[in-house]
Amino acid sequence: MSNATLPAGARDPGYPTERENYLTNSSGILSWMFTLDHKRIGLMYLIGVMSAFAVGGLLALAIRLHLLDPNGWMFSGAEANNIYNQVFTLHGAIMVFLFIIPSIPAALGNFLVPVMLGAKDVGFPRLNLSSFYLWVFGALFFVTALFSSGLDTGWTFYTPYSTTTDTSVILATLGAFILGFSSIFTGLNFIVTINTMRPPGMTWFKMPLFLWATYATSIIQVLATPVLGITLLLLIAERTMHIGIFDPEFNGDPVTYQHFFWFYSHPAVYIMILPAFGIISELISVHSHKHIFGYRFIAYSSIAIALLGFLVWGHHMFTAGMSSLTTIVFSALTFTVSVPSAIKVFNWLATMYKGSISLTTPMCYAISFIFLFTIGGLTGLFLGTLATDLHLHDTYFVVAHFHYVMVGGTLIAFLGGVFHWWPKMVGKLYNETHGRIAALLVFLGFNGTFLPQFVLGSRGMPRRYATYDPEFAFLHQLSTFGALLLGVGLLYAFVVLMVSLVKGRRAPANPWGGVTLEWQCTSPPPYYNFERPPVVGDPYDFHNLEWDAENERYVTTEPERKLVPESTPEEVPVHAGGQK
Amino acid sequence: MSDHGHSTADSHDGHAEGDFAHPLPLPMLFGVFGALVFLTIVTVAQANYDLGSFDIAVVMFIATIKAVLVGLFFMHLAFDKPFNLIVFLSSFVFVALFVIITLSDANMTSEAFENNPNDAPPAAAAEM
Amino acid sequence: MATIDSVTTSTDAHADDSHGHDHDHPSWLAHHFDTPEQQFDSGKLGIWLFLVTEILFFSGMFCAYAIFRMLRPEVFEGCSQFLNTKLGAINTGVLLFSSLTMAWAVRCSQTEEHKKLVALIATTLSCAMVFLGVKSIEYSHKWGMGLLPPGSYFYSAANEHPTAQQLVEIHGFSESMAYFLTNSLYFICAPFALVAVAVLVWLIVAKVSGNAFQYACAKPLLVVALSFFGGVGLGMILESGGEHHEGEHVAAAGDHSDAEHGEHSGDDHGDSGHSHSIASDHSEASADEDGATMVESPLGDDYAAVKLLAENETNTGLKDLVAAERTQQSIATGKVLTDPAASDVGISTVESEVNTPRQAGVFFGIYYCMTGVHAIHILAGIGVLVWLLIRAVRQDFNRQYFGPVDYVGLYWHLVDLIWIYLFPLLYLIR
Repeated sequence: MSNATLPAGARDPGYPTERENYLTNSSGILSWMFTLDHKRIGLMYLIGVMSAFAVGGLLALAIRLHLLDPNGWMFSGAEANNIYNQVFTLHGAIMVFLFIIPSIPAALGNFLVPVMLGAKDVGFPRLNLSSFYLWVFGALFFVTALFSSGLDTGWTFYTPYSTTTDTSVILATLGAFILGFSSIFTGLNFIVTINTMRPPGMTWFKMPLFLWATYATSIIQVLATPVLGITLLLLIAERTMHIGIFDPEFNGDPVTYQHFFWFYSHPAVYIMILPAFGIISELISVHSHKHIFGYRFIAYSSIAIALLGFLVWGHHMFTAGMSSLTTIVFSALTFTVSVPSAIKVFNWLATMYKGSISLTTPMCYAISFIFLFTIGGLTGLFLGTLATDLHLHDTYFVVAHFHYVMVGGTLIAFLGGVFHWWPKMVGKLYNETHGRIAALLVFLGFNGTFLPQFVLGSRGMPRRYATYDPEFAFLHQLSTFGALLLGVGLLYAFVVLMVSLVKGRRAPANPWGGVTLEWQCTSPPPYYNFERPPVVGDPYDFHNLEWDAENERYVTTEPERKLVPESTPEEVPVHAGGQK
Repeated sequence: MSDHGHSTADSHDGHAEGDFAHPLPLPMLFGVFGALVFLTIVTVAQANYDLGSFDIAVVMFIATIKAVLVGLFFMHLAFDKPFNLIVFLSSFVFVALFVIITLSDANMTSEAFENNPNDAPPAAAAEM
Repeated sequence: MATIDSVTTSTDAHADDSHGHDHDHPSWLAHHFDTPEQQFDSGKLGIWLFLVTEILFFSGMFCAYAIFRMLRPEVFEGCSQFLNTKLGAINTGVLLFSSLTMAWAVRCSQTEEHKKLVALIATTLSCAMVFLGVKSIEYSHKWGMGLLPPGSYFYSAANEHPTAQQLVEIHGFSESMAYFLTNSLYFICAPFALVAVAVLVWLIVAKVSGNAFQYACAKPLLVVALSFFGGVGLGMILESGGEHHEGEHVAAAGDHSDAEHGEHSGDDHGDSGHSHSIASDHSEASADEDGATMVESPLGDDYAAVKLLAENETNTGLKDLVAAERTQQSIATGKVLTDPAASDVGISTVESEVNTPRQAGVFFGIYYCMTGVHAIHILAGIGVLVWLLIRAVRQDFNRQYFGPVDYVGLYWHLVDLIWIYLFPLLYLIR
């Protein structure tokens, strides 16, 4: 701690003892299964979503390998096309319901929200644990569906196909229903925690932007997810009892189903991307070592996106048979969402401008996020425009667009977040060089996969087809090789993290120079987070940080207290009649 | 919670330091219950009278008065933190958004679902 | 629900390890909260957010209701006549009363009147049971008549209460399903009877073994379990009053032979689209017949009932229906010579028959979804109220810690609130 080059009063929390460390303070499998500690629950979520991502990713590779050849390469035989249908459905359903939606809020959010608030835990720790187990049960339902008779409806479960197909729609929808409740409980918990458990001094506008993003996400989770619940419940009722709401055979209306479904599922897109925005706001500011630009605008734009997200669901249904007036209104409203998104991007760029950028692994991900998300967002405008959407609907252009947002946006931000908070979560530093190489591979592989798909789509290649015209072969093969590279990159990143667990150096409390509260407790944090509510300042004011070169860490210095007079004051102040 | 002045309850609710309970006075509870029962009788009775197309509006108006009574007094919203009221009311904004847009779209497209009887036999009108 | 509340019930593992906490936390204050008020406010905000999700959950069904009522007003008017307003009104009263006792119970928990609190929670529970009892009469009655969602709808006015054998032979149900439909009341009552017996056994065991706490819990619960059958009895009395009314309805409508009728609805069940084309072929064919004296109405057996209903000024849907029927009749008998295709023989945007799976069935589909999900919420409410009852017997609540009672109360009021809307929307359509 004592270092000649450091000013006096440098503070650092040091390292936790074995008894304090949340990872080691109690041991045994039961201490994890019944833990109420939000950090352990977050870590279990992290393992869970990563496993789900591995399954979904392998399915994605299977899709791409099948499309290596115009007549299908991976699956063969009479059932090849059916298998392909099941594989892309499960890829979509697993990635959406099991990975993207819980990835950032449930895994990173659970770990970070209370620590960033300087609180001891979330508002309802038991509810938090139960939402994790609901996630596990939902996942089990999906796995059962996978092994019973599969699922081939696409992740959207559109009627009337979902009410007539022989595959296990009911199991899968029950799984999604349960996962929905898991998501609702997480969101509810965060809203309550942020509302009632902020430490003294942390006003709304002194919260880290990750918390703003999480709050906005939670609002959507609480408001939109129940509608998915009732939609899926009605779908199950439709399948078992034929209640005649969605099934045209019994006077139901499939467009009604699509309205119900997208009333949840479009806001769900913002459940996926908003927390990513929060992570990027943190990453850009910390690794540029510069105060975030336009704090209030970023905060308000999160809320704006959350609310506007409820007004645009119809743009998924332009060709489904809505009335022409409705399509025009939805098309116009869709453009309004681009405004707050653009505000964020410009603010991030302005933050980096004249910053002192450290090109660390998390920053590499953050920069590729800005690049990829911008492409994803702008191509969304083509799809939001009625006339072009009629041409591009259900083509690979749509596939490429939402992968640029969901993978190029959410997944990259998730990876950036994991690499950023990894030292905090496990107390180990990973190898920076290898981390950067992995980030580069992911960036190249991702673009290799999905850039060709924009071209494919605009040339008319429809999505969800198991075979295609030979003229598309080159671009499809390009995409497949890109996907393999992406797979290698992700595996590399995973290995980097795993190796750090074994060989990594012990992480200091503040390896990056962040000011938000999680960097003020040890790495990994003690199980109680903070003895007493910490002192809260501006979360992006980096003036009081100093680099301690000897120990390779940032330490907090005492700010100069200029208000205290140097000389002993007069016994009686002048204005009170004292002698000068 | 902070609105202690309203309480006219008996000796039990002495407001000690740090007490945040706000017991509702019994006459208020019974009064609200009486009003609710009365409104139920009114709504059943009006079903026997012919009110034309205002029927649904009248029924919903009475139901909404009942809902407001339950919300304000039984659910304590009249004395609660305003934030809880905002949370609760905001849910209705989103319900309205959902129902109105979906309903208006169904209304505008329903002509397309049901063939005009003038250019098709009635049997075809079955396909909605 | 239970999870939200139980969060606050006791300290958890960490609170026991002393980590420099200098507050003296009471046992009911969770370690991560500083004051009882912070704990209460958190819980309250949590339960309000949960209620928000509940409202949006129900909004889907209200939306489905609104769409189909808008598109098919006459179906809703016609089918609503099958719902017994008396039973609905009684249930509304029962739920309102339970809301009163629940609000009162919250007050008692705040003022620490423990005995009263137990009594009031037990009353609330009993009301919930009565509600379910009445509901089970309504359900079983309709199931027996075949007023079901379109997939299994088999109602016919000529034979309102088909036997199990008829269900198997005419409507193609499996034997066990037919047995269930004709005896559904017993199947619904059976689990409640089992629960009542189990509570009785518990009561006796607790009495014999001298466990005062368990005895104090089981005593009110036995009353609660038995009040379900009170509800069933109440429902039976009121429903038999309603039966009379329906009897008239049958007499007015039943002028067709049973056999022909059964065949017709058998078709309906098997392939509804098919049966419609038959019906319309039939009317077109009869239009060609010269001077046919008796033309069968495509409106089917409910024509008389429909006519009765259509006499009302406001029943525009049915008025249209009857007008269209007259036009068809006059064309069919050859009194008017027009091109049948050119004249307006249908009702604009409406199928010619209300009482079919594709029409009435959808109403009942929505009816069962809305009331069924509501009933599930009542069951969930019963679950948490029992938990609350036991804790109330244990005297867990005090002036600083009455949150769970308050939260469950809010949930219970919301369930009541939803019924306040369901009752007029389903039972009072005219």
